This record gives sequence, structure tokens and C-alpha cells, in this order.
Amino acid sequence: MFRTSLIAAAFVLVGASTAVRAETLKYAFQGTLNTLDPYTLNETFTVSTLGNTYEGLVRRGEDLSIEPALAESWEMLEPTRWRFHLREGVKFHNGNDFTAEDVAFSVDRVRSEGSDLATRIDDDVKVEIVDDHTIDFVLPAPNPILHYEWDTFYIMDKEWTTEHDAVKVTSASDTAPNYASLNANGTGPFAITSHEAGVKTVFEKHEGWWDTPTHNLDTVEFTPIASDATRIAALFSGEMDMVYPIPVQDIRRVNTNLGTVALTGPELRTMFFGLDQRRDELLYSDVKGKNPFKDVRVRKAIYQAIDIEGISKKIMRDLSTPSALMISPLLFSRADEFSRHPYDPEAAKALLAEAGYPDGFSVGMDCPNDRYVNDEAICQAVAAMLARIGIKVDLDAQPKAKYFASILAPGGYDTSFYMLGWTPGSLDSWNPISNLMDCRDDDGKGSPFNIGGFCDERIHELTEKVLRETDTDKRTDMIAEIYRIAHDNVYYVPLHQQGLAWGVRDTIELVQRADNHFKFRFVTKN
Amino acid sequence: MILFAARRLFQALIVMLVVSFLAFTMFRFVGDPINQMVGIETSLEDRAALRESLGLNDPMPLQFARFVAGALRFDFGTSYQFRQPVADLFAKRIPATLELSLTSALFALVIGVPMGIHAGLKRESALSKLFMSLSLVGISLPTFFIGILLIFLFSVTLQWLPSFGRGDTVQIGSWWTTGFLTVSGLKALILPSITLGLYQMTLIMRLIRAEMMEVIRSDYIKFARARGLPDRIVHFRHALKNTLVPVVTITGLQLGSIVAFATITETVFQWPGMGLLFLHAVQNVDIPIMSAYLMLTALLFVTINFIVDLLYFLIDPRLRVGRP
Repeated sequence: MFRTSLIAAAFVLVGASTAVRAETLKYAFQGTLNTLDPYTLNETFTVSTLGNTYEGLVRRGEDLSIEPALAESWEMLEPTRWRFHLREGVKFHNGNDFTAEDVAFSVDRVRSEGSDLATRIDDDVKVEIVDDHTIDFVLPAPNPILHYEWDTFYIMDKEWTTEHDAVKVTSASDTAPNYASLNANGTGPFAITSHEAGVKTVFEKHEGWWDTPTHNLDTVEFTPIASDATRIAALFSGEMDMVYPIPVQDIRRVNTNLGTVALTGPELRTMFFGLDQRRDELLYSDVKGKNPFKDVRVRKAIYQAIDIEGISKKIMRDLSTPSALMISPLLFSRADEFSRHPYDPEAAKALLAEAGYPDGFSVGMDCPNDRYVNDEAICQAVAAMLARIGIKVDLDAQPKAKYFASILAPGGYDTSFYMLGWTPGSLDSWNPISNLMDCRDDDGKGSPFNIGGFCDERIHELTEKVLRETDTDKRTDMIAEIYRIAHDNVYYVPLHQQGLAWGVRDTIELVQRADNHFKFRFVTKN
Repeated sequence: MILFAARRLFQALIVMLVVSFLAFTMFRFVGDPINQMVGIETSLEDRAALRESLGLNDPMPLQFARFVAGALRFDFGTSYQFRQPVADLFAKRIPATLELSLTSALFALVIGVPMGIHAGLKRESALSKLFMSLSLVGISLPTFFIGILLIFLFSVTLQWLPSFGRGDTVQIGSWWTTGFLTVSGLKALILPSITLGLYQMTLIMRLIRAEMMEVIRSDYIKFARARGLPDRIVHFRHALKNTLVPVVTITGLQLGSIVAFATITETVFQWPGMGLLFLHAVQNVDIPIMSAYLMLTALLFVTINFIVDLLYFLIDPRLRVGRP
């Protein structure tokens, strides 16, 4: 009797262990994972994907809040000295221990020549190792957002990197392939076991991960699929568990198809138009001898002529949120104080007449056609809307490679009227302010992406202060003031935050973060 | 003979040089590679330094000379996107493209020849009419559309065949990977091969049909029939044999274009071959990959033409007479 029950128990155990299937997640993205070196390319997809293998001192949760990761806690000993207490017992995928040495090494490497993530930590920040699991950062001036971008500043293993002669960041002009660009060794929940750039990358669960996994995956396979139709077909046929992005016009089809759902949500990228407010005469316009965009009434007329709800409905198929700000409302606590100048073509016409252009004028508009969601369609619609108030737009839509080459500093800011999208990497207002709103000179010194080149004394003054201010309320006040000035003066014509659209099989549960990062640790497969 | 070959070889070299020059000048109008290589927040100084280190600031003739010097040693530089030598990337991708091209050429022959014979012999039959209208579809529909159609029928609706990729591959030797040896690899080959081979198939079919109709009217076929030979022998031994000469020539030449123009099929099916690599390179202004691909394509065509020229010389005695 005793014996049979033992045998029965053994059977139950065997049954239980075979019931646990090895779960594989297969997913596709439109672009390729070009390199595994975490410092080579500061671009959302690369950084997001490598974040499953590598980890930073901090990480961001489902709602983008900062959480401890490789650092268990941190404190500001003085405004210019930050102390990070590192997690003990963390191991890299190759079994090496994670220590303060690795952090110091990674800081050096991420700031070295060839790194595209050098903005993660300034050159004049000093690093002091206190002990194996304590490290100090000494700043030249206070910086309350020092660690805001460190969720994507990944810590590499000093020993492994040195051993494989990969201390130098893989640079584009290298002739020999760098070991770190073809292999990865992080501390994250998944290790990369095979990688062929542009073909397939395989991730395996890291058994020795320090955190308790909430996912149930053993293997993850990533395949780039460039063609939209093929990517969606692969989801429909069940070959893929998840594909992203899906074109807005296909969202309905993905939802009505049995077994698949389209997950949509707001993204952090803000789309907007900029106007040349620096030159005394526009490069592309029939107005000679003066620049109409220097007149706030003309800028406001353009703003009020744009039917943003119409764009949202007809072009974005409701996958966009009209915005009054140059930053996503998810990232600025006082966003609800701002509302758009209302859509009002009559008022716009009156403003134009008041500014001395009762019959309007003509202007050239530059637009990318393969960079943002429906970018060219938006530009065409806006051109038509502006025609209604008498502004004749000559639209030039180009591929991104040509577009950015001409409108940015190296191309001499060769534009009068342009479209751009901006995602603040640090998820903080200082990023769009310092990149888009401060003054610049002709070479782009200052705020390099202020392509229109406007210069507001008060914004300039406040920008410096925002960077140094450690008191949160005071800082938010100053940021709000900057946004208020920009809004009242219509330095930019914000459009909307475009939406995210991921296609998922209904057996998959996952978290769609607003920064468009796909983290395997949030996935469960049923 | 040797003089003839040498002259052709010299001409081939000039063609290669001209192609490389044209390709190289074209890239100046594709856009700025730097923007694709860095994130948007990268400072202007870093961008300028990168441009300098890649030699993009050097005068055109110098850049071109450097490119030709490298190409002569089969060194095409390092890909801007992947940071790997272009030669390595190509080596990894060539097996996929060649296997796809061969399979689709085979498909075109195996299906196209019998269809052509039937349509040529029994012009009025219903089946022939069906073949003819099908071939019209094959010739007039664009490749990518056929591919998407097949995907939606066989992958999404019926779920018989995969919609993308190569399936499981087996490594042979140090660098060749093959999909011929696994079930999923073979299944993955079917749709892209049909897509890529459909045009060639209809071409072969129509060619054979026309030739067949021509030959069947000739005197020696009438004599064969008069001798009381069975239809099978007349059709296959006497007629078909004589239609094959132009077919073989065309197929040979078409193989070159299948390899070179698999780009669209590879994109639709995410087939990890050279064409996909090239198209991706164009979007990202990856100049080293683009130039190497164009050079290789030019080399392929020049080589095939060179061989065809030599073959004509051997086959056609008239070429030999009256030439110095």
C-alpha cells in the first residue's frame, strides 16, 4: 500500500515536470538589430532590445517610473556627490561577478571615442570607487536628473570586454569586427545565444538572474521583417507571437482577425512643425526682403489653420493625441494647464491680414516620407489646410536619409518650414528644452535641433537654471514658464503624440511601454 | 581565338570600371550615411568626426580610387550599419540567394517546358488556353503582388507554408548553409521560388510553344510522320530537341537576372539573401554594401556575357571566318 502510493506520487511528479513546456516567444520588428555593442547606436529599437540582455544601475517599470536595478539604492550625499549602493551577488551571463569595477569601466567606455551614448554621463563627472559594491559620482554642478537616462546606460563586464579585446567601442571606421558587436554578456534576464545581424537573434533565459522572473519564457527568437504585409501575415498565420509596428490602416484588420489583437497606446514622441525664424529672408518663399515667420501673428495663423482633430481622425485613424506641448503629457506633471490655440481658419485669415499678408504668400515645406507614422500624408493635409488661408505650400517630401542631411546643421539648416518628431531620451523636460528651444548660432552651437533658430532671452536664461535646480517644485515652475513662453509666441507648431500599435496573439500577455521598449520580462505566454 | 578572348576580356574590364564609376557617383545622391549611423541626439562635433574618419570629406576621385583599389583585393570595406566586413556579410548571404535562384530556375524549367510542349502541340485544347491565360497573369502581375497573394493564400488562410524566412538550415563546411536538408527549409523554399520563377516559367513556356509550332510545320517532321513513327517519338525526339537551342540560351541568361533581381522576392519573404541585404543598405545609405553589390552584379553579367560570346565563337563558324 505504502509502496503503491509512493509510485503514484512519483508518477504525479513526472507528470508535473513534463507539463512544464519550454515556452518560446517569436517576434518580429520592421528594422534590424545591427550590433550587440550597447554603446554603438543611441536608437530606440537597439537600446530597447539590448535591455533584455544588459541592465543599467536603474531600470524603468511598466509605467516608466525609475526602479533600482543593478544599484539597490542611491542617495545624494551633497548636491554634487551621488552615492550608489550596488546589488550584491549579481552575476554576468558568463558567471563573472558584478562589482563597482565594472561600473567604473562602463563609464569610461560609454564616454570614449566612437560611443553614440556619450550623453549618458558628462565628461567632467568623476567616478570614485568606495568599495566593491559602493560607487560615488562627483559632479561639477548639481544635476537632479543625473540617472534619468541610466536605464539605457548598460553595464558591461570589465573582465570579459578586456579579455576579448573589445574595450574600444565598435566604430564605423573599424575594419575588423569587434567582439562586443557580435556577442553579448550582460546581467539581464536573457542571454543572447546566437546572433546573425539582419537574420535572426536568439535569447535564452538567464537562470542566475538576480530578480524573480515574472515572465514564463525560456527562449525568445527575434526576426526582422521589413515588409509590412509579410509581418502581419506572419502574425495571422501564427508563425509570430508578436509583431511591431503595425500600420495604422491595418489595426482594424488585426483586431477583427480571430486570435490576434492590436495593442495601441500613446507614444512619447511629439510631432511638430518648425519655422525658420532666424534668417532675414526665407530661402523658399515669394516674400522678399523680410521673413514673415518672424511675426508671431503669421506663426499663430499657421497654427490655427491646422485642423488637428481632422488629422487625428482621417490620417492617424485615432492613433494620435493632439498636443499643445512639445513634450508628452505623460512626462510633464502640469501638462493639463496647457491647451491648443483653437482651430479657427477665419481667425487665422484675420491674423494674416493684420500681419500684412491679406493674400497670403508661398513657402516651401520639407517633410520626410519614411520616418514617422504617415509623415508625408500629414504634410499634404497641412499644405491643403494652409491653402485655405492663402498660404501656398510647395511640399518637398524626401526619404529620411536625404531629408535629415539637408535640414540639420551639416546641411546648413536648409529649410523654411519643416516637420520633426522628438522623443526625450531622459523622459524629462530638460531634454526637449535644451535640444529644441534654446538659442543657437549658424553652426548649431547651443540648441542644435532648434532648426528654425529662434532665440528667446528668457528661455535662454531659464534653460541654464533648470539644469542646476534640485528643488522639484521650483524646477517644474521654470519648465512650465518656458513652455508657456513657447506656446504664447508659437515658436513651434506642435501636432500630436503619435500612437504605438503592436500586433499580438491573444495567448500572449505583455506590457506596452510608452517609450516603445519591448521588455521580455513583462511577457507571459499561455 | 586567343586574340578574340583577350579583346572581349579587355572590353569586360572597361565595362566593370564604368559600372563602378557610375555606381559610385550615384551614391552621392542617396543621402547622408552619417544620419543613419547615430542617434538623433548625437552632437554635431561627433557627426563631423565620424564623417572625417570614414573619409567622406575627401575629394571624389580619391574616394573612388580608394574604392577601386580595395575592390581589386576583394576588400569592399566595412558595412556602416553592421560594422562587419562586407565580404563576410556577403559570404553569409550568398548561399540563401543561390539556393533560391536555382530552385526557382528549376521550377521554371520543370513546369514551363511541359506546359509549352502541350500548348504548342494542342493549340486548341482547353488546357492550352488555360495555360496561355495563366502565363498572361505571370507576365503582367508584379512580383511583389504575386508574393503577397501566395502568402495570404498558403500561409494565412491555409497555413500550409511559412510566410517568411528560410526555415531551419544546416551548416555545410565552413560557410555554406543549406535549407535543402530540412523539412522546414524545403517548405520555406516553395513560395519564394514560385514567386521568383513565375516570370521565367511563362517566358519559357511561351518560347517553347512558339518554337514548337514553328518546328511542327517543318518538312522533316512531315517526313517523320510519313515514315509512320509514333507521335511520342516525333514530338519529343525530333521536334522538342530542335526547340531547345534558344531555350537553353535564354535560360542561361535568365539565371543571371534571377540571381541579380531576387531583391523584391527576398524582401517580400524576408529571405535572408543578398537582395534583402542590398535593399536594406539602400534605405540606410550603407555605401560599402551598395557598391559591392552593384560590382558583383556587374561582374556576374559580364562573366555570363563573356562565356556566351566564347560559346557563340565555338558554335558558329561564321564568327571565325573573315575576322583577324
